[in-house]
Amino acid sequence: MWGHEGHGFVKKPILLFVGRRMLFGATTLLVVSLLIFLVTQALPADPASAILGREANPEALAAIRADLGLDRPWYVQYFDWLLGVLSGDFGTSYATRMPVADYLGPRVGYSFFLMGVAAITSIPLSIVIGSYAALKRDKKFDTTSSIGTLVLAAMPEFVVGTLLIILFATTIFQWLPAVTYLPPGTAPWQDLDGIVLPVATLVISVSPYVARVMRAAMVEVLESDYVEMARLKGMPERTVLWRHSLPNAIGPTLQVIALNLAFLAGGVIVVERLFNYPGIGSALADAVRSRDMPVVQFLALIIASVYVVTNLLADVGTVLVTPRLRTRLK
Amino acid sequence: MSAGHEIDFATAMERPPGIVRQALRLRRTQIGVGLFVTLAMVSLIGPFVAPYGSTQFVGKPNSRKFEGTLFGTDYFGQDVWSRFLFGGRTILILAVCATALGILVGGSLGLIAAYQRGRIDEAIMRSFDVILSFPQVLLSLLVITMFGPSPYLIILTVGLSTSPRIARIIRGAAVPVVERDFIAAAEALGESRRRVVFAELLPNVTSALLVEVNLRLTYSIGLIASLAFLGFTPTPNAANWGLMIQENRVALVIQPWGVVLPTLAIALLTIGTGLIGDGLSRVSAGIDRGGKGE
Repeated sequence: MWGHEGHGFVKKPILLFVGRRMLFGATTLLVVSLLIFLVTQALPADPASAILGREANPEALAAIRADLGLDRPWYVQYFDWLLGVLSGDFGTSYATRMPVADYLGPRVGYSFFLMGVAAITSIPLSIVIGSYAALKRDKKFDTTSSIGTLVLAAMPEFVVGTLLIILFATTIFQWLPAVTYLPPGTAPWQDLDGIVLPVATLVISVSPYVARVMRAAMVEVLESDYVEMARLKGMPERTVLWRHSLPNAIGPTLQVIALNLAFLAGGVIVVERLFNYPGIGSALADAVRSRDMPVVQFLALIIASVYVVTNLLADVGTVLVTPRLRTRLK
Repeated sequence: MSAGHEIDFATAMERPPGIVRQALRLRRTQIGVGLFVTLAMVSLIGPFVAPYGSTQFVGKPNSRKFEGTLFGTDYFGQDVWSRFLFGGRTILILAVCATALGILVGGSLGLIAAYQRGRIDEAIMRSFDVILSFPQVLLSLLVITMFGPSPYLIILTVGLSTSPRIARIIRGAAVPVVERDFIAAAEALGESRRRVVFAELLPNVTSALLVEVNLRLTYSIGLIASLAFLGFTPTPNAANWGLMIQENRVALVIQPWGVVLPTLAIALLTIGTGLIGDGLSRVSAGIDRGGKGE
């Protein structure tokens, strides 16, 4: 009855909550952008001499500095950069002399594809493993998956990837290619064989955590009074699981899922390098080596944004999924 | 009366080693300690028993079998076994120092935030939110871009970027303790703030701290090895497990040892610390941690 009356009430506070949360996210991003800019601006070895190398002489350095706008005060450069970023202009790469957006645009697409496939695979997988382990608590599946997730979670992702390459691509079996081959202009799904191992590496380094947290949350829910109540009322076990247990266990797990999706953004840096996957991770390592500031700034901003946005989605998602929180929002 | 006092005192004293001893009864902790000690020994003693120098030219590059070598030569004609024995030291030392720094800074800030509450708490936690939006690899790469991969800088970056993550956990563990009576009692007795935080609060979060030390050590080893794998070691051709994997992976098919040995070493080392951490968290009342590196 009052479910109907409450409906109009429930919707608005959620919008308010989302709005507040977005404002907070935007502020964080602004501070992040300032931090990135200050950090990269504090660079002692300046890019002008990196570009010129041994041929550097004072006049040429000054000319290049003026050309790149490095002779202006830092706050002018920051606002200039920020305005550019907001209007989609990310500057020119020092190393390739290409506009950053043109150079990195396709790479961002490749990386998001990789992260997307990894996320779509790992989230259901870890939820299923975690819930099943909770249902079979202290049985064989539970103990095996507990040790398995522990071992896999401890290893850094490039070690997981290298082990996969040794196992499936070179020394033991030769089933899959050890590198992804994507010449410029091809879509990432055109080399599906080549994408199996990078995706598997990311999935293996991310899923164990989510599975462990899901298991813990599910164990707690299964022991709760309302699940016992539902069972005592004689509800079919399927309804108890799907309608009563799973949504309440996914709520707390969402936060961890978000953390780990954000972690994917860091993980691709190393994994792409390992598989020569032409995404932002490989670009970042190259840019760091050649001190290509505009590229480093752009990539740092993208990766930090992934984190802020996934966190925001998780906060909103938690409220929407968890029945208790949804009604508590006034 | 006085006898009762003594007994209380004795049980109170035995508590801290209790966590470690309890954890050591678990099979997984025992295996973890075994792995960690073995790999730590290899890293620390290895350089003294290596048959060749870490960058010494031995013979034809990428030979799987080579006269006088155990596991052949690497991409540069150096002895794989010798470089393997040299390759753990930097990673282990840097990771231990970074973890110590992270625990020191993060632990203190977490305790202070929990004790002070209010504006200081808010300020500390909000500024951590910003640092937390950078994955640790990214932050390390940003710093390396500026100053190059010097060992002190790696310790500093990895340690400081770990500290907000530690601070969050320690703050969480300390907040309920702050509410308890003995803290109010200590305040009423006129103990200084520093004494309350470090002599009253700290001993009550040791189990959380121990778990955290282990977890962060595991991640720091992984992170520092990853940076080496990306090519950022203090010296270019350093003998370092992470860098070895990068250097030799092109020749994986003809000479697997240059990749297999360091990969197994890092894997077993991190699994070792991971198992110890899991054992510790199991006995200290169900702390199960969520995010990788978070």
